[in-house]
Amino acid sequence: MTNETVFIDKALIPHHLNFGNFAVAWTKGNFAVYFLNSVIYTVCVVTGIVFISSLAAFAFSRLKFPGKNIIFYMFVGAMMIPLPGSFVALFVLVTKLHLVNTRFGYILCMINVGLSMSILLLKTFFDKMPPELEDAARIDGCGKLGIWWNMAMPFARPAIAVIVIFNSLNVWNEYILAMLLLEDTKLMPLQRGLVVFQGANSTDYPVLMAGLTMAAIPIILICLAMQKYIVKGLSSGEVVG
Amino acid sequence: MNSKVKATAILKDNLQNFFFVLPAFAIFCIFYIYPFYKMINLSFYDWRGIGPMHFIGLANYKELMSDHLWWNSIWHAGYITLIALTFQNVLAFALALACDREIRLKRFYRAVFFIPPVLSEVVVGLIWNWILNPQMQNGQYIGLLNHFLYTSGFPQLVHNWLGDPKTALTTIAIVHSWKGFGWGFIIFLAGLQTIDKQLYEAAKVDGASAWKTLTNFTIPMMLPVILVVVILTILGSMQVFVLIIAMVNEGLVNHTDVPVTRIFSAMQNVNRFGYACAEAVIFGMILVCVSFIMKKLSDKAKQA
Repeated sequence: MTNETVFIDKALIPHHLNFGNFAVAWTKGNFAVYFLNSVIYTVCVVTGIVFISSLAAFAFSRLKFPGKNIIFYMFVGAMMIPLPGSFVALFVLVTKLHLVNTRFGYILCMINVGLSMSILLLKTFFDKMPPELEDAARIDGCGKLGIWWNMAMPFARPAIAVIVIFNSLNVWNEYILAMLLLEDTKLMPLQRGLVVFQGANSTDYPVLMAGLTMAAIPIILICLAMQKYIVKGLSSGEVVG
Repeated sequence: MNSKVKATAILKDNLQNFFFVLPAFAIFCIFYIYPFYKMINLSFYDWRGIGPMHFIGLANYKELMSDHLWWNSIWHAGYITLIALTFQNVLAFALALACDREIRLKRFYRAVFFIPPVLSEVVVGLIWNWILNPQMQNGQYIGLLNHFLYTSGFPQLVHNWLGDPKTALTTIAIVHSWKGFGWGFIIFLAGLQTIDKQLYEAAKVDGASAWKTLTNFTIPMMLPVILVVVILTILGSMQVFVLIIAMVNEGLVNHTDVPVTRIFSAMQNVNRFGYACAEAVIFGMILVCVSFIMKKLSDKAKQA
């Protein structure tokens, strides 16, 4: 597609395809950097959420320590209370920690976003794990960490799939925190990059469309392949704010 | 001696167990509890983001009560929510009813309707921004909608949909509904599929019309599911923000403002962090009240 065809050719299927715009978007539009950043953030945040939330959910479900119930209900409460403007205070905090405009700061904030729902979902799964499994592992000489890794994690695989897909969507599509916390174009994810590009080149539709396609295609593919997991994630996070 | 050994063993055990939740607990305290506290705390201060903080008590809240731009923005969000509740959910329910039957290409519809909700608000907003583009180039309308209206014989309907204060908010609400109806559709469909098909047969044998079956039987059975969708729609639509940024940027400030854009601009454009936090607190309380009332309603519906 050229600028001409976007404007003139209103046919649903373009007459001739021109992949040159992807090359232009990739280089001139800086979308290669944005795309790579989105991949980095998604992988880091989702990996972080899976490890941190499964450790916590395992402890809430199987281990004993003082204050366990209070801490658990704090996570449940966090899911129930919508916090629409918390980004103001979050921005103040991240500034104080000198993490504005760093990948690390953004990743930590995004891990926090997905944590409560993931812990809740995994805990209900670990609760269903038969105690015999655990006993067998203990007889084999597994410690608590060993039981978590060798028994609980494989047992909870369906729940982990839901968590991975649902959180990947969330991180890939996130915009508000990326806008507030990342000022450097080298650090921006795709969603933020698209708005920046549109602000600078409002009529360069072919390249913008190439960028939009880049942002949409992975999501559409995941959505078609993994629909049932996404629905499960939605219904378990019913009142997420 | 023995009990002392036992006590240290228990303590060690407890500590070990606590280490499992420590990463989650630490992140939660720093990135959730602290901002939560800070938001309430800052709302009592006059603060420009840097420099000295002045404690001013409830002055931010007092100002907020008479800030008509703020209450307008809540009305705007309410208007978007209203359209989402009616237009979007009725459409979702009707399509779910249609797809609950044995129709051709059922799986195809299910997959296609599910695409808009998983796309990001930025992508949806920018695509619609192009579709609704009012400008002309080489004697042709750039935007698909106006081009379509023009070429199909309705040139009088060509309109600057997002630029006109009269149509901007409704246009945004409709795009928001377009993006959102897939969620409702999927949840309704899952609910409908749990209803025993034999009950429909029985109703048909009894001579109930399709409409009667729907109003007397299907809708009451679906009430808990409907209430879940209603809660999700209200919470989602009241907090709409990124879609508006992507569609109009800050073009029509006073006509397409919603609470979250007000909070954002108080912070970013005029550097009034305290005021932004007061807005966030009030808006959060409104949402908590709404979801509490809806939760009570849905509990009642489940009992009945």
